[in-house]
Amino acid sequence: MRPIRWGRVLVAAVPAVFIGYFFLYPVGRILALGLSELGVGSDGVEARLFRIGWFTLWQAALSTILTLLAAAPMTWAVSQYEFRGRKLATALVTVPFVLPTVVVGSAFVALGWRDSIGAILAAHVFFNVAVVVRTVGALWSRLDPNLHDAGRVLGAGEWKVFRTVTLPLLRPAIAAAAAIVFLFTFTSFGVVLILGGFRYATLEVEIYRQAVTLFDLPLAAALAVVQLVGVTSALYAYSRYQERHTTTWTLRSEAERLRPTGRGGILVGASVLGTLLVLAIPVARLVTRSLQPGSYRALFRDDPVVGVPMASTGNSLLYATIAALIAVSIGVMASAVITGRRGRLSRWFDLTLMLPLGTSAVTIGFGFIVALDRPVDLRASFWLVPIAHALVAVPFVVRTMVPTLRSIPAETREAARVLGASPLRVWREIDLPIVSRAALVGSGFAFVVSLGEFGATSFVARPNTATLPVMIFRLLTRPGAGSFAMAMALAVILAALTAVIVLWIDRAQFGEIGAF
Amino acid sequence: MLGVDGLDVHLGGKHILRDVSLTVADGDTVAVLGPSGSGKSTLLRAIAGLVPVASGSITWDGKDVTTVPTHLRGFGLMFQGYALFPHMDVAGNVGFGLRMAGATPREVATVVGSALEWVGLSGFGDRSIADLSGGEKQRVALARTLAPEPKFVMLDEPLGALDRSLRERLLVETRAILRDRGVTALVVTHDRDEASALSHRLALMRDGTIVQSGTLEEILSRPADDWVETFLG
Amino acid sequence: MRKTLSVIAMVVIAVACGSEQAERPDRLRLMAHDSFAGSVNEETFAAFTGDTGIEVEMIAAGDAGSMVNQAALSAGNPLADVLFGVDDTFLSRAIEEEIFVEHRSPLLDSLEPGLAPASELVTPISFGDVCLNYDKGWFEETGTEVPTDLDQLRDPAYAGVLTVEHPATSSPGLAFLLATIDQYGEEGWSGFWSDLKSGGVNIAPDWDTAYYGDFVPYGGESSLVVSYASSPPAEVIFASEPVDEAPTGVIEAGCYRQVEYAGVLAGTEYPEAAGELIDFMLSVEFQETIPLTWFVFPANQEAELPPEFVEHTVVPADPARLDSAIIAENRDRWIDEWVALMEG
Repeated sequence: MRPIRWGRVLVAAVPAVFIGYFFLYPVGRILALGLSELGVGSDGVEARLFRIGWFTLWQAALSTILTLLAAAPMTWAVSQYEFRGRKLATALVTVPFVLPTVVVGSAFVALGWRDSIGAILAAHVFFNVAVVVRTVGALWSRLDPNLHDAGRVLGAGEWKVFRTVTLPLLRPAIAAAAAIVFLFTFTSFGVVLILGGFRYATLEVEIYRQAVTLFDLPLAAALAVVQLVGVTSALYAYSRYQERHTTTWTLRSEAERLRPTGRGGILVGASVLGTLLVLAIPVARLVTRSLQPGSYRALFRDDPVVGVPMASTGNSLLYATIAALIAVSIGVMASAVITGRRGRLSRWFDLTLMLPLGTSAVTIGFGFIVALDRPVDLRASFWLVPIAHALVAVPFVVRTMVPTLRSIPAETREAARVLGASPLRVWREIDLPIVSRAALVGSGFAFVVSLGEFGATSFVARPNTATLPVMIFRLLTRPGAGSFAMAMALAVILAALTAVIVLWIDRAQFGEIGAF
Repeated sequence: MLGVDGLDVHLGGKHILRDVSLTVADGDTVAVLGPSGSGKSTLLRAIAGLVPVASGSITWDGKDVTTVPTHLRGFGLMFQGYALFPHMDVAGNVGFGLRMAGATPREVATVVGSALEWVGLSGFGDRSIADLSGGEKQRVALARTLAPEPKFVMLDEPLGALDRSLRERLLVETRAILRDRGVTALVVTHDRDEASALSHRLALMRDGTIVQSGTLEEILSRPADDWVETFLG
Repeated sequence: MRKTLSVIAMVVIAVACGSEQAERPDRLRLMAHDSFAGSVNEETFAAFTGDTGIEVEMIAAGDAGSMVNQAALSAGNPLADVLFGVDDTFLSRAIEEEIFVEHRSPLLDSLEPGLAPASELVTPISFGDVCLNYDKGWFEETGTEVPTDLDQLRDPAYAGVLTVEHPATSSPGLAFLLATIDQYGEEGWSGFWSDLKSGGVNIAPDWDTAYYGDFVPYGGESSLVVSYASSPPAEVIFASEPVDEAPTGVIEAGCYRQVEYAGVLAGTEYPEAAGELIDFMLSVEFQETIPLTWFVFPANQEAELPPEFVEHTVVPADPARLDSAIIAENRDRWIDEWVALMEG
């Protein structure tokens, strides 16, 4: 038995060390530093903080609910039906997720959506629809249709079946998607800043103001703690929920989708096209603003100031590949640990892995500066960027793998054990291949998250290799119609690149997995 | 020879198996017969090592294997729902146990070929599990269980889900296979005819305990209580 | 005995020479914020490398505030050898956190008047003027006169077409606020802003939204926007199609001068070489490349401006400037009062 235990320990140790050294330790250090100088606050400060905290909370909750609702039709259509262009539609819906906030903000502003809560909520929905479609869709497409049919036979109408049969089964994925969207919108910075006008501030905006502009580290640290407490509570509630609502059911092959006909067909068409059209409006604005003469060609020329803008594409792809590899390795091991045993320890582990999504970018960035100088000085190194990206991407990998792992029937694993497979072998032969597809979806997410990531890495010193978002940002911060058009053009290229990559990952068949 | 002595199993707070004892001689097939919920499947899983044993012992040829981990016991178990691996094809499933035992790909291919022949599914190697009919799945499951030539095989409701004509045919085939290969087997079923077709010796199980055992004639001539008499019709 | 002594002497001399040479690095790290770092290419420091054999490696560190904070957090074990891009609003902080060590550049005498720093911890390298920009086309079409004084902005005819940035989240926004404080003093500045507010001034969260969102040439409704003196030349240089005249102009009144400093980071292994790099950055040769790469103005008055700058913008003779210590002391309060005034 002993060799097996060591294997288990190792599998748990790697993700634990990763999250411990690159997240818990830096965040702990910077918060300790800030809080050590915390004095007594003035009266007005507390009231204002309460207001900010409350606003942060309810706008995130509302954004989450709206995103779930807005994504529902599309999720239903692409997971339940097969139709021409389904894969393309799924890839396109992922594009908004990756666009830099600066760019989207600019598009919304140009469309006249700004200075209002509505604009903030709309932007949040715009960015996060993809999370719901992919996370919930992945599970929904694997549900046994017999369950739905059994419900119909037993006398329940379509809507009743959805509510009483399908929805409960989808709960784990819905909760996972909701958790991620909540975390993103809770720590939303760029959207609130640009589209909210100066009236609305979230904790994240305030942390930035306090830490970076006003140099009040103690107050910023206090705010960061408040933010973390809020995030941790939400995550805790989420994980308790997951524990109570996990069921095992049979998964089926994805190839068994129906072709939509008749009324169903119209609904499917409306859902897909409707969603894509709405999402396309800001993107279309980007495209039109990029169509100045020669703007695309200029991207390939050596700009006297920023160099060849297109070169940033190579940097982004490199960082994204490394980040995705790190995230998938860590994520696979973490998923094994989380599903391997129930109980508090694995729950807290799961929760901790998700914390980076809900932690202020300023906190993480400054934490790196303070903490990562020993044993190796990583502070201004190349590796910091993919590691920071991976921190944010691991939760995506885990969230897509855990529900699938949990729904493998015990019998399948038991059969392997009886046939002579040691626990490690069972994992390799049964769990791993079955969840490879989920891992692929997760790593696709990780790759795409890295492509569009701009937050945490803005607060760390790094080598001067610009990624796409950074390059777009640089072009946007100088005047000139040409600069602006180039920035928009580069954003369009980023969008197209995302769509292509996601499409490729979705299409890739890996051995037998495709048939499953 | 398999020996089960005084086995007690608790699961989810319930006392599923109470003081269960039985033996299966080499080359013999014993059928455990009982209604649903009597703990038959749990018994098999306990013998396989998939559920922990509260007290009692499991021995093979006199050696106590109660604490040996499942994957090292060398017993075969055919599950009630077949539990075929959905991400592997038929050959992949059937050859799994051989791969775990370290056989070379060539050895595996050879044995898989023979195993598929035994169950009458020659040429099915590259078929996907999802495309199989019920009867084909049962036979693949049987082939998978038998291919590694385990010293002892357990079958959980092997013919439960099949239609009548198929059942009868497979009954004959399964019995023939078990006999031809000299397999020591323990079959669990709720169907009296299936039990008596597959084996001479029966053990009647009810509420987690063996109520009576012996050949069908022995039991019928002297049923231990009314329930036995009713159950066996 | 003599032989031993001479051997020892040779060893000592060799070690001494060797350790001197160990103080010459192969490369120096220069930390700057993203806008500057992003504009650096192989040629920028080629002359320096040619002269000294030292490569210059750029480290990009976010925006100016983030950069200074990072330097403060890593004081003693610095992320680079030289830091460039600290301006007056962050200078106090930088000095307080002791992130620099002293360096006196021999070229300090060539600085533009008024730029000499109070401390030897930093050396001015460039300056940028935050100024009101106006859209020429709009003013011509509407027949409006371009304002020449801040007071004119109190008129709703101008306030209504003015966009300013929020001082808490935007560096030019803060600069403009400081300019009004410099002009109107502690007592008068809130009155000025009240008038702007009643006149309907528009407030944008950052420069991007103000310039590319609200400014008339980009589809917005404001013909006056707080931007930089270097913006009109940039409009010419980075136009989509070649233009002769800049579409926008600069208003001299209300300009605020932000000086950017460089300093040797405390704890660096090569303070001397770092000083040499700073001296190079103040040399005429380097300074003349600054306008077209960083879109700010050279601090060395002997450096000539490129023609685009000469033609399309002005360098204000008497821009507003506030002492960095005063800024540090009052900035929080000023911003809070401004927010209360404008949000209330």
